[in-house]
Amino acid sequence: MRYQAIVIGVSSGGLNVMKTIFSVLPENFSIPFIIVQHVSPHSENLWIELLNKRSLLEIKEADEKEKIESGKVYIAPSNYHLMIENDKTFSLTIDERVNYARPSIDVLFESAAEAYQNKLIGVVLTGSNNDGAYGLKKIKESGGLTIVQDPDTAESFYMPASAIAATIPDFILPLEEIIQLLIELDIENKIQA
Amino acid sequence: MNAALTDKTKEDELLHALLEAIYHKYGYDFRQYSEAHIKRRIMNRMVLSGLEDLVHMQELVLKSETFASTLLQDLSITVTEMFRDPAFYKSLRENVIPVLKTYPFLKIWHAGCSSGEEAYSMSIILQEEGLSDRTTIYATDFNQQVLNRAKEGIFSQKMIKDYAVNYKLSGGKEDFSSYYTADNDNVIMNQSLKKKIVWANHNLVTDSVFAEVNLILCRNVLIYFDRKLQNKVQSLFHKSLMKGGILCLGSKESLRFTEYHDQYSVLDEKQRIFKKKY
Repeated sequence: MRYQAIVIGVSSGGLNVMKTIFSVLPENFSIPFIIVQHVSPHSENLWIELLNKRSLLEIKEADEKEKIESGKVYIAPSNYHLMIENDKTFSLTIDERVNYARPSIDVLFESAAEAYQNKLIGVVLTGSNNDGAYGLKKIKESGGLTIVQDPDTAESFYMPASAIAATIPDFILPLEEIIQLLIELDIENKIQA
Repeated sequence: MNAALTDKTKEDELLHALLEAIYHKYGYDFRQYSEAHIKRRIMNRMVLSGLEDLVHMQELVLKSETFASTLLQDLSITVTEMFRDPAFYKSLRENVIPVLKTYPFLKIWHAGCSSGEEAYSMSIILQEEGLSDRTTIYATDFNQQVLNRAKEGIFSQKMIKDYAVNYKLSGGKEDFSSYYTADNDNVIMNQSLKKKIVWANHNLVTDSVFAEVNLILCRNVLIYFDRKLQNKVQSLFHKSLMKGGILCLGSKESLRFTEYHDQYSVLDEKQRIFKKKY
C-alpha cells in the first residue's frame, strides 16, 4: 500500500475546516488520520465528540500506546505532545512546548516521518503561527507526500504560508480540493492493495 | 529497501548502542523508554552540541562525565507545575483526603517528583486539611540536579501567577501568596511546607521498593515507558502500597494494560485515582 497514514496540523480556524473534512469523507475511507489541533491546555476536547457525531468515521482522542488502525481518526489530547513509534503505536509526552504549543504539530510530524517514511501524507491547514513548517519539511525529506492549504483561501494564512516557505509542497490547494485529493489517494491505495 | 530507510535502520541501531553504553557505564537505563521520545531528545542534543553523528556522541558520552551529565538532564523530563491538572487536586481533596484522615500516621510517596512543584502542592493541601503533623512526604527522582533545586523550594514569580490560578481551580480557599515569601524575581516556599518533605534519589527503573506507604503519586512518568517497564514499575508500586492504599496516576495513564489492573478499585476514573484492594 502506498500510504499508511495522514497527519494533519491545524490551528486557529481549525474546528471549521475539520467539520468540513469529516462530514464529507466516506465511511469506507481507510487511511488513518492523526491530527494536532492547537487548543487551550485546559480544554477537555469535548469538540471531538461533536465532530465524531457528524462523521461517518470514528474520531477519538489518541491514547498512549494505542495501536493505529485504518479507518480511524485520532486527535492529540490537550497539553500533551503526540508521537508515533516505529511499531505504529502512540506515545504521549509532557516535554516542553514547541513553537509555544503542546501538542505541537512539528513533534507529531517529525516522529510520523520517522515511523512511516515515504508512506506518509502530511497536511498543513489554517493557523496563525509557524508550527508544522519544520515538520512538513521532514516529511518531504523522508519521501512523504506534502499538502498545504492555499494560504489565500485559509481562514488564517500564516501557518500554510510558513510551511510553503520551509519546503516546496507537492500540492497547494483550497480545502475542497484537498479533500477530493485525499479521497482519490485513498481509492488508489485500495486498488494497489 | 530505499536509502532513507537504510539510514533510519542504521540510526536506530546506533541509538540502541548508545543507550546500552550509557546503562553499562553510568547505570541509567533508558532502554525501555519510548523510543520516539528518546530519539527526539538525543537528536536535539546532537545538534546543540555540534556532534556529527551518534557514533561521535557515544564516544563523547563514554569519555566525558560532564557530557554524560548534560545528556542525563536532556533525558530527564522536568516539566511540571504546582497543582498541575487542578481537577485532579480537587478530586484528591474530595475523595482521597477523607481516607487519609482515618490513619494516625501517613507516608506519601511522590515518585518522579522532578523539581518538586507537585510535592509542595501536596504539602499545602495537607496543611489545609490538618494532616501535616502526622504526615511525611517522600519525594523521589533519579535526577539529583532537579532534586537539589526542589529542596531549595525557590520558584520564579512568573510561574507563581499560573500556580495561583491552578490552586484556586483546585478548590484552594486561602490566599496563595501566604505560602511563600517573595524576593524580586523569585519566591521561596514556607519552611512549614518544606519540612514535611524528605527528598531522596530513587530510580524507578533500576531501584527496588522504597517504603511501605499510604499514598503514591506518580503522574506523567509512566507515559515515557514501554508496556513492559510500565508493568515492572506497577509491580513496585503494588508492593510499596499498604492494603487500602491509594495510587494516583497522570490523566492519560491507566492500569488497564498492566497485570495489576484487578488489584485496585477505582476512586475516580477520570482523574486516575485507584485504591489497592484489601
